[in-house]
Formats: sequence, structure tokens, C-alpha cells
Amino acid sequence: MAWVTINRNEPVVDPKAPPVLGEAVRVKIRSFFDRYETKRAVLLPALHIVQDALGHVPWQAMVEIADLLEIHPSDVIDTISFYTHFWTHPKGEKVITVCRSISCEVMGGAAVLEELKKQLKIDEHETTKDGKYSLVTEECLAGCDNAPCLLINEKLHKHVKPQDVAKLLAEANNDRIAVPRSALFDASTLSFAAASKTNGALLGTTSDVREMREAD
Amino acid sequence: MAVFEPVLLRNRDVEDSTSLSVYESRGGYGAARKALKMTPVEIIEEVKKANLRGRGGAGFPAGVKWGFLPKDRTRTLLCVNADESEPPTFCNRVLMETDPHQLIEGTIIAAYATQSQIAYIYIRVEFHEQFHILQRAVDEAYAKGYLGKRIFGSDYSLECYLHRGAGAYVCGEETGLIESLEGKRGWPRIKPPFPAVEGLFRRPTVVNNVETLCCVPHIIERGADWFTGIGPPHSTGPKLFCISGPVKRPGCYEAPMTITVRDLIEREDMGGGMLPGKKVKAVLPGGVSMGILTADELDMKMDFEDPRKYALLGLGTAAAVVIDDATDMRMVLRNMARFYGTESCGQCTQCREGTAWMHKIATRIAMGAGRIEDLDILLETARNMGMMPGLSICGLPDGATYPIETIVNKFRGELEAAIRAQAPERAKTVLSVLN
Ligand SMILES: Cc1cc2nc3c(=O)[nH]c(=O)nc-3n(C[C@H](O)[C@H](O)[C@H](O)COP(=O)(O)O)c2cc1C
Ligand code: SF4
Ligand code: FES
Repeated sequence: MAWVTINRNEPVVDPKAPPVLGEAVRVKIRSFFDRYETKRAVLLPALHIVQDALGHVPWQAMVEIADLLEIHPSDVIDTISFYTHFWTHPKGEKVITVCRSISCEVMGGAAVLEELKKQLKIDEHETTKDGKYSLVTEECLAGCDNAPCLLINEKLHKHVKPQDVAKLLAEANNDRIAVPRSALFDASTLSFAAASKTNGALLGTTSDVREMREAD
Repeated sequence: MAVFEPVLLRNRDVEDSTSLSVYESRGGYGAARKALKMTPVEIIEEVKKANLRGRGGAGFPAGVKWGFLPKDRTRTLLCVNADESEPPTFCNRVLMETDPHQLIEGTIIAAYATQSQIAYIYIRVEFHEQFHILQRAVDEAYAKGYLGKRIFGSDYSLECYLHRGAGAYVCGEETGLIESLEGKRGWPRIKPPFPAVEGLFRRPTVVNNVETLCCVPHIIERGADWFTGIGPPHSTGPKLFCISGPVKRPGCYEAPMTITVRDLIEREDMGGGMLPGKKVKAVLPGGVSMGILTADELDMKMDFEDPRKYALLGLGTAAAVVIDDATDMRMVLRNMARFYGTESCGQCTQCREGTAWMHKIATRIAMGAGRIEDLDILLETARNMGMMPGLSICGLPDGATYPIETIVNKFRGELEAAIRAQAPERAKTVLSVLN
């Protein structure tokens, strides 16, 4: 197979575009400043806040975060590229994270993953056409007593069997946790829905892998 | 023998156990009040005397670690390691979701003993529910004046902040955790300097596991002698054990470190035996990084010393997963190899390349295209990485060595037979796909 090249010469960040981080998000990020000795230490909290608000961390947000924290944008890219939990491309409204570690594998997790792929008609690291679901796998979620288990956004689903998958996907609140939330990191205060709509056109492209496949 | 009364899990089944009022009504925060009337040195001496060994995996005595802080320091930081990412470990999760104030109380005492100004609780991001439970508990403690300025009306002030991780196993390693807290990639640091001398923001820093800190209030309340009275002299105090896999009652159980792997699987108040029709084939008794036991080795004691007699690295996280006889060991081998291959942070050549190659080889074997000599290549690779041969920055590749080495050594017959039974045509196809 020949190398597929993607044209990355067009500017990823348009300097004239209006900022993507709203004031509420900025206030929230700034509220973390006095917790740490350096502003850079606010980077992980900032990325969480931005991803909660926008659904992902676009390039322009990285530049704006760098500005807020008085670090270089490349520092943000360096950090963000290390962690699996942050993504730079839009994902589905709900991200399904299936555990693939040993307890879940012994208890039949692989079959659940296969069933999910079949019903959603996508492969790992992909997003459904309607932008509803993305599917990823992770190592142990520390829920092994409930193996096989998976997360849909924040909610852990326990002892999932392949025959439960259809019902699970049909549930409206399958991604919401019941415990009272602390105000910290609460996405609902950041008008998640409005923000993700502006990026709606991009939905469907989940990763470079997908991009490369489409270029093929 | 007297029935063991749970200590760390004593509030687990109490209604509303996460609220401050219920915790306090059951004697909670008494130890913290008592501790703040003691001197920091007195607390450290008591914890040393109790021989509280770290529950995070390495088993290093907590009191000794606190004693390493330089005397002339002006600022000290405490990091609570709630990153719990070692498969199949979930005891810290249980502690946080059922009794968050116990952790906060332990944190207060440890922070006072080390004279820390700030305690950061680094919690893995997948713990969504636990994050909100713990954050609410912290908020409650602040509101009551148990955290913040002049706690319990004393001269001591402590800030306590939760910090969420972002999905990386290596951020559980103490210096990886520190780098991650500083907003960087979770790349472990070369030691020395050890965190006690130069850690977070280059300040003297102590990193302790959640369960370690949960033991501290009980030591202060009931004394070191009570603590050393539980379990053998080298493995004192109550301990949480996790059991998962095809057993009747997977879960987290508390006991002295006198129980055996067999107890954990079979006792009615623990695993409750295997599910109908399932038989034990192997057990990974201490998290995945400690290595594997065969069904003939279930008499191993779950303490800090005994595992070495079975060619294991140590007690690890004391979380056991049972592999049943219907499971193909090639699958287990691949699952282990993949974990370390994807979680190596890539700074050190031996670890990055070694774990990646083990993953490739184990995948090939699992897919039916293995070669007999692959088993020796796996062993050789495993032995040539890690801190123990002195070739890496952190302990991750040592953790990768033990499961691979013990699976290959203890299940060599089965693996060889499986490789010999491969269909040559399939092997060819697999290789052409993988290459
Ligand atoms: C690769 C790696 C991952 C680790 N992950 C964790 C973890 O998730 N939780 C933890 O408490 N300790 C973890 N540790 C151990 C820590 O480095 C450290 O020893 C521990 O937090 C110290 O706390 P303790 O003395 O109270 O046990 C890990 C170590 C290594 C080498
Ligand atoms: S040993 Fe492995 S995980 Fe540890 S620092 Fe080196 S490359 Fe990273
Ligand atoms: S192995 Fe799946 S949650 Fe731990």
C-alpha cells in the first residue's frame, strides 16, 4: 500500500475567526488558577472543561487555552496528544468505551464489542453517520466485579451481555449518572448543546484513521 | 480464631454512608481531631511502628516515606494516588464511592504529619460517579471547617483539590502522576531526586495510595499495637482484596493478610466458589503485573512476602482474576502483552520496543501463527527490559515481565501444543495480514 498523504497545508486555525471559547468556559478555567503554582498545571482541568463544552478540543481552542495559560500552543498539543481521553476531532454525542482488559475478556467482553459494532454498523474508533455514537475500547475501567462492562459517556453499564446491547442503545438516558453532581466540571453549566451544534458539519470524521480511509 | 471485623469497609453497607453526618455519627473525624493535637513527629512514629506498608503496589512503609522529607523544607505537597488503573483492581473505587470521608480524614492526618499545605487527589477520569461523590464530600468537609483555613479550630490549614486524569495507566506511577499534575505528558521522571526531595512543582512531595491513607485514621484512633496485631509481622493491618472472573461473588473483600488465594476464590464470605461448570485454570493474584499462578498454587498467602516463593513479583494490588479452564492461555498472553504495549509511555527504548514486540509476537501466537521459538524470544525480551536490569525509568516494564515470563514458563506445555496444532494454511494467511 502506498502512503496516503493528506493535505495539511491549509491553515488549521484561522486567526480572524471568532473565539471558540465562550466567557463561561474562560471563567471556569480561570477559577482553577489559584489551586496550582503554575498556570500550566491548569492544562488538564482546562482541557476537560473545553471538551465538556465543545464535545472535543479543536485546534483553535488549543491556541486560546495556550493564551489563557500563558504557554505555547505546542505545549498544549504535546500534552493533549499523550492522553486517550481528549480528542481533537468531533466524536458522537455519546462515546461508548468498552473495556478490553482481562476480567472483561474472560467474562465475554469481546462478544459485546462485536455486537456493538454490528448494531451500530461501525468499527472501533468510528462514529455513526447520524453522529449519535462513537465506539472506542479502553484498558480496565476498574469495574471488574461487574465484568464485562462498558461506559457510555459517564455511565458505567455492568454485566453487559450481547443480547442486552439493543436495549442499551435504545435507552434515552444511558449516558447519565444518577448521583448528584458537584458544580465542578458540570457540562450542563457550559451550554454543551449549543456549542456542539456549530461543529455539526464536521461530525462523522472521528480520527485521522478515518480521514485517511476516506482519502483512499 | 475470632471473626474479623471489617475496618476499612465498616461503613460500606450503612445507608447514606457517603454523607458527612453519617460518617461522623459512626465515630468519623475523631482520629483527625486527635491527630491535630499530636505533633507531626509523633504521628509519623506511630505509623512507622504500625509498619503500614503502601497499598499502591510497591509495599513501601508509609511512615518511612514521610520521614524522607527534608527537615529544612518550607513547603510540602501531598498527592493522593486515586488513578487505580491496574487490571483487575477496584478497591480504591469501592473506598471512594462508599466512604469518601474516610479518605479525606486519612488525607488530613497524612497532610498534617508531613506538614503539607495542599493535598491533590489525582483521580482517573473514568471514575465519573466517584469523582462527584468525592467532590461533594470535599465540599461538605470545607463547609464544616474540616478542610481549609484553621481546620477543627487548630493552627493548621489545608487545601484539598481533586485533579482528574485523562486516561493513561502510567500516570499511576508516582512521578508520572506528578508530571501529569503539572499539565504535561505523564512521563515518569528519572530518580533520584525522589519526590520526597523534589516532586510536584519541585517541592518536597509525598505520594500515597487511597487505601494506604484510609488505614491512617484507624492507626491513630486505635494505636499501632492494634494494627500490628492484625496479620503477620511483615504484612500488618487490614487489607482489601478484589476478586473477579467467573466466581459466584466477584467483589472487594476485607481480611487480614493471612488468607490464601484459595480462600479468596472459595470462601462463602468472599468469592463463593466458581460459577457452575467452571474450573480454575490459572489466577493472576496481584493485579496483572505480578505474574500468574497455576491451579496447583492456590495455597499462596496473600501477603507481602509469600508471592515471591511462586516466582511472582509481589503482592501488587491484591486483586485476583480467575482464568477458567475454557480459556485459551494464548488469549491471556496476548491480553497481557497488549496492555503493556499500549500503556508504555515510550520514553525508554527497552520498554517501548520490548513491550511493542511482545505484543506483536503474542498477537501472532494468539491468532494461530506462532512458532515454538517465539516463546523463548518472549522470555528473552521480558528479561531485557525494566528497572531491575537497570534499563528503564519506571517500573512498568518490570510489571510487563512477570506475567509474560510466568505464563510462558508455567503454561509452556499448553502453549507449545497449541502452536503445534496450528493449521499451516491459516498461519500463512495470518502472517500475510500482519506483515
Ligand atoms: C506503571 C505503574 C503504575 C502504577 N499505578 C498506580 C496506581 O494506579 N495507583 C497507585 O496507588 N499506585 C500506582 N503505582 C505505584 C506508585 O508509583 C506508588 O508506588 C504509590 O502510589 C505509592 O503509594 P503507597 O506507598 O501508598 O502504596 C504504579 C506504579 C507503576 C510503576
Ligand atoms: S519504563 Fe516504560 S513506561 Fe516507564 S518511563 Fe520508561 S518507557 Fe515510560
Ligand atoms: S477488566 Fe474490565 S473493568 Fe477491569
